[in-house]
Amino acid sequence: MKNSHSGREPIARIVKRGEPSFRLKVVVRACAVLLALLLDAGFIYFVTGLNPVDVYVTMFNGTFGTLMRFQWALRDFASLLLIGVALAPAFKMRFWNTGAEGQVLMGGLASAFVMIRFGGIVPSGLLFTMMLLMSVAAGALWGVIPAFFKAHFSTNETLFTLMMNYVAIQIVASCVTVWRGQASGLGKLNTKTKAGWFPQIWGQRSTINVILVVVFVFAMFLYLRYSKHGYEISVVGESQNTARYAGIHVGKVIIRTMILSGALCGLTGFLIVAGRDQTISVNTAGGDGFTAIIVAWLAKFNTFYMALISFLLIFLNKGAGEIASAYNLNSYAADIIEGIILFCILGSEFFIRYRLVFGGTKGKEALR
Amino acid sequence: METLFAWILRAVPFGTIILYGAAGEICTEKAGNLNLGIPGIMYLGGFAGFASAYLYEKGAENPNMALCVLLALLCAFAAGAVGGLIYSFLTVTLRANQNVTGLALTTFGKGVSNFFGVYVLNGQTATQSMVYKTFQTRMPFLSGLGTVGQLLFGYGFMVYAAVLLAVGMHLFFTRTRTGLNLRAVGENPATADASGINVTRYKYLATCIGAGISGFGGLYYVLDYNQGIWATTGQIEALGWLALALVIFTTWKPLNLLWGSFLFGFLYWLYQFLPNVLGITVASYVTDLVQMVPYVVTIVVLVLTSLRKKREDQPPASLGLSYFREDR
Repeated sequence: MKNSHSGREPIARIVKRGEPSFRLKVVVRACAVLLALLLDAGFIYFVTGLNPVDVYVTMFNGTFGTLMRFQWALRDFASLLLIGVALAPAFKMRFWNTGAEGQVLMGGLASAFVMIRFGGIVPSGLLFTMMLLMSVAAGALWGVIPAFFKAHFSTNETLFTLMMNYVAIQIVASCVTVWRGQASGLGKLNTKTKAGWFPQIWGQRSTINVILVVVFVFAMFLYLRYSKHGYEISVVGESQNTARYAGIHVGKVIIRTMILSGALCGLTGFLIVAGRDQTISVNTAGGDGFTAIIVAWLAKFNTFYMALISFLLIFLNKGAGEIASAYNLNSYAADIIEGIILFCILGSEFFIRYRLVFGGTKGKEALR
Repeated sequence: METLFAWILRAVPFGTIILYGAAGEICTEKAGNLNLGIPGIMYLGGFAGFASAYLYEKGAENPNMALCVLLALLCAFAAGAVGGLIYSFLTVTLRANQNVTGLALTTFGKGVSNFFGVYVLNGQTATQSMVYKTFQTRMPFLSGLGTVGQLLFGYGFMVYAAVLLAVGMHLFFTRTRTGLNLRAVGENPATADASGINVTRYKYLATCIGAGISGFGGLYYVLDYNQGIWATTGQIEALGWLALALVIFTTWKPLNLLWGSFLFGFLYWLYQFLPNVLGITVASYVTDLVQMVPYVVTIVVLVLTSLRKKREDQPPASLGLSYFREDR
């Protein structure tokens, strides 16, 4: 022991836990959310002087106030969650796909292109098929470019995919400029023919989005857990050397997985355009591409946890919007509330992976 | 020729904003921390600088402009450093994932600045802080020396401070023991730790000081480039990502900031000035496309550096990884 070299002893030492129990995970995460809600309440009280409990009730109404609000919340939940699901395989492979925003935009752009070019010309079944295929292809293309360079030259993918977002944004901006012509904005596409708009189910065009998301949550879970591909992904993610030794072609897995991830992002773009916006703009992804990164990471690639976290974030977001309009605040309050909750959950992971041992090294712990 | 001069006069201040942002990020990344919270930090710096100057001007009967400038600088640095502190607490002490923490910090910083920005202005839009005039003070004698004087000395003092900062950082990283230690932490924290360097302290300090420097980028944007107007600052986020791109472009070398940042400024304003210089008119959809040039250039640099595999051009080896002494 090296006590002799300094008289000071740390108050606590950090020890890595073995496999954390399910109960521990739940308790720690619940504490994190609780702490975040307390901090948010403090923030709200500090700014507005309102009773935080009243404010939280208002917040609740943001999602559950009326049926329509709930449906809108579900709609946004579907977009966020689907991007998270799309990112899951890439992240599990330890490939930092920060380019979801751009991949969604390219998918949406492809859909919008088909709507404008072929809307009202081809039958609607064919139109939807074309939109689907084009957007999936566009998203996959945007995802596979960084993957190719990662696989062959180990180019840093975090930064590459991040930059691809802005290239995509400018391409969308350019196309919107062309399509809008002299008008000040693009507006909804095909307003007369409604070609390429999803049909309304239960009063909402986005119902199809929600249904598809549920399907993908299950499908991705099974793909990652039970398929051979999923196994290869997790081996590459754990250690590329092990994967090579086991005869897995690492480059091939990287490229294949990013095609899948990009394609799903592109599909999200299609769903947003057909089921939510009926148009395209640089804000079509609206930052969800970045938020989904956090969702996918916090959920540790488990798509069901992703659903939980996405819902929490959408709930907070809608709630903050509701507070903002009810108490005359501006809507950026949502970003603050979201930031605080993310910090808390991120920080709480520490207590799941490690435990603190209090007291000096002279204690029993040190003798083990 | 006129257009070319106007282009330079536009490109240099623009480059300065991202020079500060990127200089701070280089300092952070040299310690192995990839801070994607730079846009949020630049927001925080810009907001704190603006708010302190604005409130001081409003509160004081006879505002002293020099004091106001100092106050704004101090607040911007402090706000940025607080952002860095949140980041380092989560990533260094609690070992949270760096990318995710950074993105959360961007959301948070953007939220805080815009929320309280509206709060400080109290309903008034397009309110200007008059301190921008002090920020834009030209060198009295030199800037009068014809065109050359204009081009070389026609900027506010923060442009020259940025140049000094980049040179200073270069000397710090290559000539001082502390700088070398810092790089050791970013390359291989375990080895640095074994040789008696306090990895945690280095990571904390580099991240907080780096974030403070990035905060100056936001400050410069609001109080000089944007003439003291807070209302139209949705652009800071895009600038933050551009600063991150610039870090890659310079291959983590502060000296390259000196030309890289101004080149980015040129590229950014390419869409407006190049058609004029060439005497052609281009459709507006082309200008939209031209605006992607800085990002494409960055991607090309990223690919080229990974192709050439020159050791001195690579990112710090432990970039993006948390360090835990007992993990072996």
